[in-house]
Amino acid sequence: MQAVGKIYCQPDTEVIRLIEETASSESNPLARDMLQSIVDNTRYAVEDGTPCCQDTGSVVMFIELGEDISFDQGNVTELICATLEEAWERYYLRRSNVEEPLISRRVLQNRVVPIIHWKLVPGDRVEVIIGLKGGGAENMSVQKMMAATATVDEVKEYIVEEVVKTGGRPCPPVIVGVGIGGNFEESALLAKRALFDPLGRRHPDKDYATLENDILTLINTRGRGVMGMGEGPTALAVHIRTKSCHIASLPLAINLDCHAHRHTRFVL
Amino acid sequence: MRTLKLDLPLNPSIIQSLDIGDKLLLSGVLYTARDKAHQRLLQLIAAGERLPFDLSSSTLFYCGPSPVPPNKICGAIGPTTSSRMDPFTPTLLEHGLRVMIGKGDRSEEVQKAIRQHNAIYLVAVGGVSALLARCVTSFELSAWEELGPEAIYKMQVHDFPCYVGYV
Repeated sequence: MQAVGKIYCQPDTEVIRLIEETASSESNPLARDMLQSIVDNTRYAVEDGTPCCQDTGSVVMFIELGEDISFDQGNVTELICATLEEAWERYYLRRSNVEEPLISRRVLQNRVVPIIHWKLVPGDRVEVIIGLKGGGAENMSVQKMMAATATVDEVKEYIVEEVVKTGGRPCPPVIVGVGIGGNFEESALLAKRALFDPLGRRHPDKDYATLENDILTLINTRGRGVMGMGEGPTALAVHIRTKSCHIASLPLAINLDCHAHRHTRFVL
Repeated sequence: MRTLKLDLPLNPSIIQSLDIGDKLLLSGVLYTARDKAHQRLLQLIAAGERLPFDLSSSTLFYCGPSPVPPNKICGAIGPTTSSRMDPFTPTLLEHGLRVMIGKGDRSEEVQKAIRQHNAIYLVAVGGVSALLARCVTSFELSAWEELGPEAIYKMQVHDFPCYVGYV
């Protein structure tokens, strides 16, 4: 509850710090004006208790659950759903889900359905990452089973092209999450999880760290800038996560987050 | 970057005088309409039935607002991705629409139709919904309440900031 209460009106603080810095050094007046409005909005959202974006998002959670933990309050997923429903009412968040995706697409009222990715870990710790994910950036996601023999340069070019062609649709400047390896669905999970790595963290592997920097530089050289209006940064960070994969495969996924990048992490 | 304060609806000669990248501070009425509303508008046009508002004098804002808290004029408001409305836009332009506000690029077909009809597409910054909400002086449901955030809402705005995307 507290987590949602914090993140619906407060974008990621590291992102805002980066945007403030970028705004003050941005030479193009249009880009600077738009970046400044993002900075101002952060203040207004907190002052007014208004969501920083009207798309208050779908909830995505990564929960690392200690194997020693047992719950005595019933079904934990139901508890999470009930708490989120209460948060949605309390903070006047938008009903942004439909009951089912294709036939009627009726708006889902009175229930929040999060997407939860569970992982069992040793011990008795519970770590939760919760994100409010808007539809605009999420819709720009891509998954592709690349050729197993694809080179680093080919993968780099593919990622840069896919992000650049989204233009202003995902509300740039964006955070880029890339998943490489695993299998079809794991690559997507890796990309989503990569979004929530601390901003500006250096990849522990030097080759992937170089790849992240190269992709970020190329996106910002070739990209369409703030809100796709032609100037300023297109991306603030590129995070890659990898996993072992089949010898015949090179699964690749790209997930974007908008500049609000609403998420937080807590440990119970 | 020029900044111009303009009243809605924008008249054709004003539209002609604007350039891509101009910043506008708009005052007047906006109607929200996004995916489902656009589907319905086109169904009404195909059936020859009346629309909830007059297209030629209305400014469409692609927006699904968040709920209105007690003692507030409106919830959070901001643009949704305009390209989802691309399939419907040429028909609306043919039937009189001239001013649209959203975010992100539009298809070649829509860009061509905008030029053909002397219309204008304005970009509002996404994710500055508290800032935009402060520009709203009145807010009410206009049509299709059952669509929830996708209903048509009518709002009066003062100095609503946006930028010329295509003209």
